Amino acid sequence: MLKVREIVKILDAEILAGEDQLDMEIYSGCGADLMSDVMAFVKESVILCTGLVNPQVVRTAEMMDIKVICFVRGKVPGDAILELAKEKGITILSTKHPLFITCGMLYSAGIQGRGVWD
Amino acid sequence: MSEEIIRLHYDINDEDFSAAGEASSGVKKTLSALGVSPETVKKVAIAMYEAEINAVIHADGGEADIEITPEEIKVVISDRGPGIPDMEKAMEPGYSTATETVRELGFGAGMGLPNMKRYTDEMYIDTKLGEGTTVTLIVKI
Ligand SMILES: Nc1ncnc2c1ncn2[C@@H]1O[C@H](COP(=O)(O)OP(=O)(O)O)[C@@H](O)[C@H]1O
Ligand SMILES: [Mg+2]
Repeated sequence: MLKVREIVKILDAEILAGEDQLDMEIYSGCGADLMSDVMAFVKESVILCTGLVNPQVVRTAEMMDIKVICFVRGKVPGDAILELAKEKGITILSTKHPLFITCGMLYSAGIQGRGVWD
Repeated sequence: MSEEIIRLHYDINDEDFSAAGEASSGVKKTLSALGVSPETVKKVAIAMYEAEINAVIHADGGEADIEITPEEIKVVISDRGPGIPDMEKAMEPGYSTATETVRELGFGAGMGLPNMKRYTDEMYIDTKLGEGTTVTLIVKI
C-alpha cells in the first residue's frame, strides 16, 4: 500500500488535479494504453498508469471508480481533461518516467495488489 | 427504492469522440442517487460504456434506453450501423475490426463484448447486416 503523496514523491510527479486526495491509500495498480484492458481489470483502490491522453481515460476511471490516474512519459493533459477529472473527483498526476519504469517503481515501493482477470 | 419503473433515454452522438460515455456517466449518477450498491452501479457503468463506445466507433452513434426496476437494471443500446457479420467471432476476446485511429484513442482491444458479458447477468445481441445492432444488457439488483 502507498498513499498518493508517497506515489507523487516516488515518481517525482506533478499533481495536476485533485490535491485533496493525497492521503488516499492505493493498493493495486494497472498499467495500460487500451481502455478495454483496464476495464477487464477488477480490483479496489487502484492507480491507473497510462501513456494514453484523452478524455476517455478519465471516463474509464470514472466507470471503474478509479480515483487516481498517472500520465507517463511527461505527458500533460489539456484543460478539458483536467476539468472532467475535477468534476469526477479524480486525482491526476504526471511523471517523466515511461510506463514500464513507472509500474516497476510503484511495485518495488509496495503496490503489489494483483488484479483479477476471470 | 420506489416500486415504480424508472425510464431514462439518451442519444448517443458520434460526432465528438470526447463526449462518448456521457450517457453511461448519466446512468451511473442516477443509479448512485437511487441508492443502488456501488458494486452493481460499477457493473452497469462498465458494460454500458463499452456498448456506448461500440455504437460510436463501429456505427454512427445510436440511442440508449434504460429501465430501472427494484429487481434489475436493463440497458438497451441500439444503432443503425453495419451490423455484426460473425457474432461468434465478435465475442472472442481480442477480436476487433477497429481501425488504427480508434486504437490510438485507446479502444479496439477486442475486449468490449467480452467485458459486457462479464459484467452483466444477461446479454442479448440482435444484429442485422446493413440495418444495425441492438445490445441488451441486464444486471440484477
Ligand atoms: N454496434 C456494433 N456495430 C457493428 N459492429 C460491432 C458493434 N459492436 C461490435 N462490433 C464488432 O464486433 C467486434 C468486437 O467488438 P468489441 O469486443 O467491443 O471489440 P472492439 O470494440 O475493441 O473492436 C468489433 O471490432 C466490431 O467488428
Ligand atoms: Mg468495443
